[in-house]
Amino acid sequence: MSRVLLIEDDRAVRTGLELALTRQGHAVDAAGTGEQGLALLRATPPDVVVLDLMLPGMDGFEICRRIRTDGDLPIIMLTARNDDMDVVAGLEAGADDYVVKPVQPRVLEARIRAVLRRSGGGPANVGPPPVERHGDLAIDRAALVVSKQGRPVGLAPTELRLLLELSATPGRVLSRQQLLELVWEHDYLGDSRLVDACVQRLRAKIEDDSAAPVYIQTVRGFGYRFGPL
Amino acid sequence: MNAAARFLGGVRSLRTRLLVAFVLLGVSTAVLVAGVDYVQARDIILQKTQDTAVLTLTERIETLLPPGGLGPGGLPPSQAELDAIAGRLSDRDDTAVAVYRDIRSVGGPDVDTLAPELRNAVREGRVVWQRVLVAGRPVLVIGTQLRIVLRDGVTLPPELEIYSVRSLEPEQQSIGLLATRAWVTGAVALVFAVLLALLAGRGVLGPVRELRRATNRLGEGDLTARALVLGTDELADVARTFNNTAETLEGHVGELRRMESEARRFVADVSHELRTPLAAMTAVTDVLDDEAQRLPGDAGQAARLVSEETHKLTRLVNDLIEVSRFDAGTATLVLDDVDVAEAIRATLRARGWSDRVRTDLPVGVIARLDPRRLDVIIANLVSNALQHGAPPVSVRAHARPDQLDIEVSDSGPGLAPDVLPHVFNRFYKADTARARSEGSGLGLAIAWENARLHGGGLTAANRPDAGAVFTLHLPRPDSESGDPR
Repeated sequence: MSRVLLIEDDRAVRTGLELALTRQGHAVDAAGTGEQGLALLRATPPDVVVLDLMLPGMDGFEICRRIRTDGDLPIIMLTARNDDMDVVAGLEAGADDYVVKPVQPRVLEARIRAVLRRSGGGPANVGPPPVERHGDLAIDRAALVVSKQGRPVGLAPTELRLLLELSATPGRVLSRQQLLELVWEHDYLGDSRLVDACVQRLRAKIEDDSAAPVYIQTVRGFGYRFGPL
Repeated sequence: MNAAARFLGGVRSLRTRLLVAFVLLGVSTAVLVAGVDYVQARDIILQKTQDTAVLTLTERIETLLPPGGLGPGGLPPSQAELDAIAGRLSDRDDTAVAVYRDIRSVGGPDVDTLAPELRNAVREGRVVWQRVLVAGRPVLVIGTQLRIVLRDGVTLPPELEIYSVRSLEPEQQSIGLLATRAWVTGAVALVFAVLLALLAGRGVLGPVRELRRATNRLGEGDLTARALVLGTDELADVARTFNNTAETLEGHVGELRRMESEARRFVADVSHELRTPLAAMTAVTDVLDDEAQRLPGDAGQAARLVSEETHKLTRLVNDLIEVSRFDAGTATLVLDDVDVAEAIRATLRARGWSDRVRTDLPVGVIARLDPRRLDVIIANLVSNALQHGAPPVSVRAHARPDQLDIEVSDSGPGLAPDVLPHVFNRFYKADTARARSEGSGLGLAIAWENARLHGGGLTAANRPDAGAVFTLHLPRPDSESGDPR
């Protein structure tokens, strides 16, 4: 059972989603405004936040940023449209995934489970030694800690999972669709912007120069690759 | 290029015609006037010279020979007498020769070079003249007989011939001057004609060109195109009429566009308004589905119905929103490099169609496209084939360097010829008996719009044997050109 914080201004949608998520075995805290949501967040820290972007007062992007500065809590956005600036802006603000309204409860449930899996435990196959060194970067797959030049790097669950997947096979190119399946567990053709936005955030945290990345390299026409250093 | 050539050609033709007409008119008038003038003046000059010369000669001959002027010996005259006669008849302008049978005076023109007709005419007693060229110079030759009347009134046989030659060079010069003047007049007329033609051409062609420019712009869809009205002539009237027509057209088209965009905005607004209550309903459909099994009879059936219809309504609203985004031009591509075979298999797998659809997909073909939109296209085509066609349904992909073709075919009866052109229309129902089908009625229209958004196309046809085949054509630009960040 996990604790879900649902922030959604429309009463009917909020009630409906609360009902559905509760039936699926989650403990749901529901808030109608951003301010209320942040208050609940502090009162009863959830495992995941389901956040409507269009809110009166403090909007979803701002809440996203605030949650991100405080910690690594996974965030799933609820958006009205699936291919406009909202999605990109939400991902840049730090959201881990998004669903489009109206959303079927089982789709939202699948995304919640996927994002929660990312925050707990490393990849199932524990082959390589627990602490790997790649240049200045040290990746501890057991403790799920990444440090650069000895200083720990604060990574959100999705960012960490992306780094773990890429660094598991240094030098091998993974396509965006492969990464969507591995990291986001999307079982159909997903939105590659999820990957691109997450790579940008990850680069900002681990690269010396995001414009000339060393660890997460773009292979045009194919996807992304870890190294070679 | 083509338009420019046509433009130039058009200008040339009308301008050339004007120019030719003006030049012909100008030159022919000038030539006629100057030519008639020239001919008349020349004739008058020559005639006068001739008359004067003939008159002078006859007068001299009369003063020369008073009756009995010749010696008593009479005929034949002596050489000296002939010389004397010739001498008396010659002066600064004229040179004369007197001939009697075989004898002739010394000097003067050579009698043998004179035309035989002239001499015969003189022998017959006439006074004749002729213009001839002697050593390249124009001269007037006058011939006459010297009648010798004896004292007793007897006229001797007229065998004494006089030929006088006068140079026509001064007259030739005057005539030459006249000809030059005629040429100059013609040339000046030509220049004037050309200038006038160009002026007239500009006067006519300017407004014509302006009209054509405005018409072209209107034809290209610029409804604000207007022609500049110059002057008050017929062409200005045409320009005014054109402007009025264009204004009316602009008004009508503007009104139509306004109405259309209002209708579209209405659809978009309604769809968005429907979305929020649908989101709430969709959220609880799972609850309804679960409970329906436990609810008795009617209540359970009602719950299932609400749940099913909520899903359909959601699909319809989503499709409507999708379509309004295409109409509003806000649909955008999220491009990625996608393994085509993988993507198509993922689409089939996600909808549980993998076992019902045959695939023939090339391995390792990477295309740069929007995977979500490709999914929408393939899903709509396969769904359509499964619903309206007959199995087996198959998906084939064929990759060329510049284009990717994906073919979805079924083995049903195919599409009726009258259906074929409308198959991508919104809410088009080929089978009127079936009021509602599984889909929203927008699936193929959305697939078509998605293909267009990729710069490609979607076509529907019937296979020669049986069954309908929908082919998606996607261009394959150089995959290096896009930057996936």
